[in-house]
Amino acid sequence: MTWDWEFAWRIMPRLLEGLVTTVQATLLGITLAMVLGLVLAMLRRSEVRAISWPTAWVVEFIRSTPLLVQLYFLYFVGPTFGLTMGALTTGVLGLGLHYATYTSEVYRAGIESVPRGQWEASTALNLSPVTTWGRVVLPQAIPVVIPALGNYLIAMFKDVPLLATITVLDVLGEARAVGAQSFRYLEPYTLAGLLFLAVSIPASILVRQLEVRLARRP
Amino acid sequence: MPVDLDVPVHPRMSEVEGSAVRFQQVTKSFGDLVVLDDLDLDVAAGEKLVIVGPSGSGKTTILRVLMTLERPDSGLVQVNGDYLYHEERNGRLHAASQRHIRQVRRRIGMVFQHFNLFPHMTALENVSFAPRKVLGLSRSEGVEKAKDLLSSVGLGDKFDEHPSRLSGGQKQRVAIARALAMEPEVMLFDEVTSALDPELVGEVLGVLRDLAENTSMTMLLVTHEMGFAREIGDRVVMFDEGHVVEAGPPEQIFANPQEQRTRDFLHAVLDRK
Amino acid sequence: MLSDNALWRPFLDGIWITLQVTFYGAALGTFMSVLSGLASMSSVRGVRWVSRVYVDFFRGTSAIVQLFWIFYALPLIGPSFSPMVAGAVTLGLNMGSYGSEVVRGAVQAVPRGQTEASIALNLSAMQRMQYVIFPQAAVSMLPPYGNLLIELLKASALVSLITLADITFVAQVLRVNGTASTLTLFSIALVLYFVIAQGIALVVRLAEARLSQGLEVGRGAGRRAA
Repeated sequence: MTWDWEFAWRIMPRLLEGLVTTVQATLLGITLAMVLGLVLAMLRRSEVRAISWPTAWVVEFIRSTPLLVQLYFLYFVGPTFGLTMGALTTGVLGLGLHYATYTSEVYRAGIESVPRGQWEASTALNLSPVTTWGRVVLPQAIPVVIPALGNYLIAMFKDVPLLATITVLDVLGEARAVGAQSFRYLEPYTLAGLLFLAVSIPASILVRQLEVRLARRP
Repeated sequence: MPVDLDVPVHPRMSEVEGSAVRFQQVTKSFGDLVVLDDLDLDVAAGEKLVIVGPSGSGKTTILRVLMTLERPDSGLVQVNGDYLYHEERNGRLHAASQRHIRQVRRRIGMVFQHFNLFPHMTALENVSFAPRKVLGLSRSEGVEKAKDLLSSVGLGDKFDEHPSRLSGGQKQRVAIARALAMEPEVMLFDEVTSALDPELVGEVLGVLRDLAENTSMTMLLVTHEMGFAREIGDRVVMFDEGHVVEAGPPEQIFANPQEQRTRDFLHAVLDRK
Repeated sequence: MLSDNALWRPFLDGIWITLQVTFYGAALGTFMSVLSGLASMSSVRGVRWVSRVYVDFFRGTSAIVQLFWIFYALPLIGPSFSPMVAGAVTLGLNMGSYGSEVVRGAVQAVPRGQTEASIALNLSAMQRMQYVIFPQAAVSMLPPYGNLLIELLKASALVSLITLADITFVAQVLRVNGTASTLTLFSIALVLYFVIAQGIALVVRLAEARLSQGLEVGRGAGRRAA
């Protein structure tokens, strides 16, 4: 079998359509992960052990098991309890949950990177908790976490093709469908790979620059 | 990095009778900062040369160039008559190969300000390691040698300790034993007591004194311990801004310095005490 | 139901496959991590460049796409591999592209004085790396290396998609056969992965404790204080 340019050109629109779905899933997924991650990070910081301890285990459990199996779990087990969601919704939920365990660690590290003295100074100046968090701690913690969140955004982007296994028509889903219809797998899978490179390499360069710029800020 | 000089070897250049170390017009800069400015320096075989001078004056760079930790920008460095960074071929000097540098470097040993012991090895392993790997000693030969050396610096009971369990003074004595194990002809001591707590300085100086008195090794010492410099130095070099300001026997430098800069420096250091 | 052979036998076989593909992937991944990590610090520009391209390529594409490409597309123009080989190779090359940075970071974090002391003792560049720098770097490599192994284990579930009968594959087959409820099947699968991951984490922690024996006590203490 040799590479067929004409065929490759013909299937490109479908793959690009898939790419749109991939990007959508990524953006929705990362949003969910950032919100859920913050919740998890706060629960973990709780002084009540009955809250912080189970949270730690849930995070550890989700982090150390495959996203693919988690997606199957949501997709196949949900309906048996009457919880039926669309494939894309299930996928985004799975991505968001999985990556929330990573972002919660990022938040934790960011908050811990703010020196103790900053909290002590805020107490000494009698700042309210809201002011302390909003004006002292977070402004220092956020620059630390942005590059890490950026890296997880890229990582998630590369995990979206797993959603193809639960029938989402992302880049890989489209490539598989094309392959199944035409019995040509070389072009769709190669193009799918190239599309990922085309997005994630510039994205990682962007994140790296962001990292450098934020690190340079006083 | 020295490039091919391609200059004819002057007959007098290779005639270095009695000179263990010779710097000829050695220059080294870091960016705009010139740390060695056309340095000429001769150290006789067996001589104990003490280099003093203000911090940042480049005196440590002299040792680091000799140890090949920094490459000079230009100039010639000789060790016992052999060029360190150059090889003679057909009567001309060319940039030396890594092999040549390693061969000449073998005669030099160095003790560092911050010890630089290998943290993953015991005291005994630190000392026996390089003789085995570089000099080709067997395990038992290496261990025996290391035990002798460690005992001679007063650490006969610390063979199996890792550096993290030793005091600063003990670490530095292991480092001295480690350098001695390679049987260098020239030993470099780079501010070896500067990182030590004051009460531990004495034990290290004691070992150095012993070496100075009882061996024929050529020693170059950079130090801030003026009393010690005076006591063991055959010659003292006052170094500042890349230059030798003045050199002479300790009595002269300390008691009767000729240069204003030397006087200022000694004044400042001795006053601080 | 827990004594049901029709349920546990397939899962036991699945565990064995998962462990095998993880092990082979980890072996290749470790080798590639060290090779690419050292190459990225080479003084030869071409060598650094090859390492850079390898890392960017595998980090830039998705593991599942790589796997599908190697298993379904590559045979059309080149060699074809068994599912086990295709799986282990993809997982290993992927892990290596992340491990490369781990190795580089750890080697560069070894204090400069260690290199200088090695030069002063006239060790060759090889000896310096082998006996002085690498053993120290290995200690700080271990925790991120452990994370990479767990990521590898997780990624190994992908091989179920190229017909390798690992834990995930078994869960799917039993679901289709209706052997047990989907809740039971996927819960078992998740717990199995979790237990294996904890095992890996434990081994790495033990190795870390062993390797860091005698290293600066300040290391651990410093980390806590920082």
